[in-house]
Amino acid sequence: MAMTDEQIERYSRHIILKEVGAKGQKKLLNGKVLIIGAGGLGAPAAMYLAAAGVGHIGIVDADEVDLSNLQRQVIHTTPDLGKAKVKSAKETMVAINPDVEVKTYRMFVDASNIRELIREYDFIIDGTDNFPAKFLINDACVLEKKAFSHAGIIRFRGQLMTYVPGEGPCYRCVFKNPPPKDAVPTCKQAGVIGAMAGTIGTLQAMEAIKYILGIGKLLTGYLLTYDALTMEFRKVKLPGRAHDCAVCGDHPTILEPIDYEQDVCEETAGRFATKAEQES
Amino acid sequence: MAENNEIKFDDEVDITDKVCPMTFVKAKVAIDELDDGEILAIRMNDGEPVQNVPRSMKEEGHQILKLTDNEDGTYTLYVKKVEE
Repeated sequence: MAMTDEQIERYSRHIILKEVGAKGQKKLLNGKVLIIGAGGLGAPAAMYLAAAGVGHIGIVDADEVDLSNLQRQVIHTTPDLGKAKVKSAKETMVAINPDVEVKTYRMFVDASNIRELIREYDFIIDGTDNFPAKFLINDACVLEKKAFSHAGIIRFRGQLMTYVPGEGPCYRCVFKNPPPKDAVPTCKQAGVIGAMAGTIGTLQAMEAIKYILGIGKLLTGYLLTYDALTMEFRKVKLPGRAHDCAVCGDHPTILEPIDYEQDVCEETAGRFATKAEQES
Repeated sequence: MAENNEIKFDDEVDITDKVCPMTFVKAKVAIDELDDGEILAIRMNDGEPVQNVPRSMKEEGHQILKLTDNEDGTYTLYVKKVEE
């Protein structure tokens, strides 16, 4: 379908790019991305994907907008307090770009619903804040053969990696299992800098856009870490797919997503060193 | 396929109603629709578009065939699409 004059003007700075052009913009307009979590990571990701004209965006979150969210979750504003996050997020996204069809899912993802939920999307963004959800999303994406971006943030540090089926390790290859409860401080306890969250969420949007366009290199097989205090980005090469991985290995034992016990505090987010990082 | 005196072209686009950078954007959207080796005729105003659009098309890897002065303050640029 041909773009309208308005679309050509709206996306002109994309179209000018040799790597995008009109064809690339049409790919974005036909793209389908699911964002799980409308928080510190999901907020900038959703806004940039909407602005970019990714035509079909799903957003999942069960919570309402809380005053303590507004320091980093820039998709929500003060008048949105108490509103469902998915509703508030959708309003901002549609205001940025009415071209975009936004589907909202006001729910927690769990083992019973996640496979069906991700099935209709091309790319998944993990913007969740707890380990059970991160393993759940990883396993579901492996089982449904979906590409996704993992990210985690805490204090001044963030990390992200990208999984593409058949092209490198999954999150479970690298991290095996969720850490023991209380082993990692939660976002609520530890604090988090909003602009750092925005940086990581924006990088996740960039991965989704490159995946849809089929350009450049994704963070498959790499973990990118960002320390906002020292201003250091590190791109850590990960070992390849683990043959003994419980979900993507040669003899998988996880054949359906698992509901790990949710921590008491839901705002667990964080980062722990990979084996490769500890050695480097 | 239409024809002028010398060059046969497959499609044409008029960008005289646009200013930079929409001149190039409109021309680029038009050439993106063509197949490799097809020719686009682009009608543009004298001045800035004539300075910039041919150069931008060349940078995209397309082949500039000819720039014709229409003697009404506009020019027509013939560009052959080169797919990478």
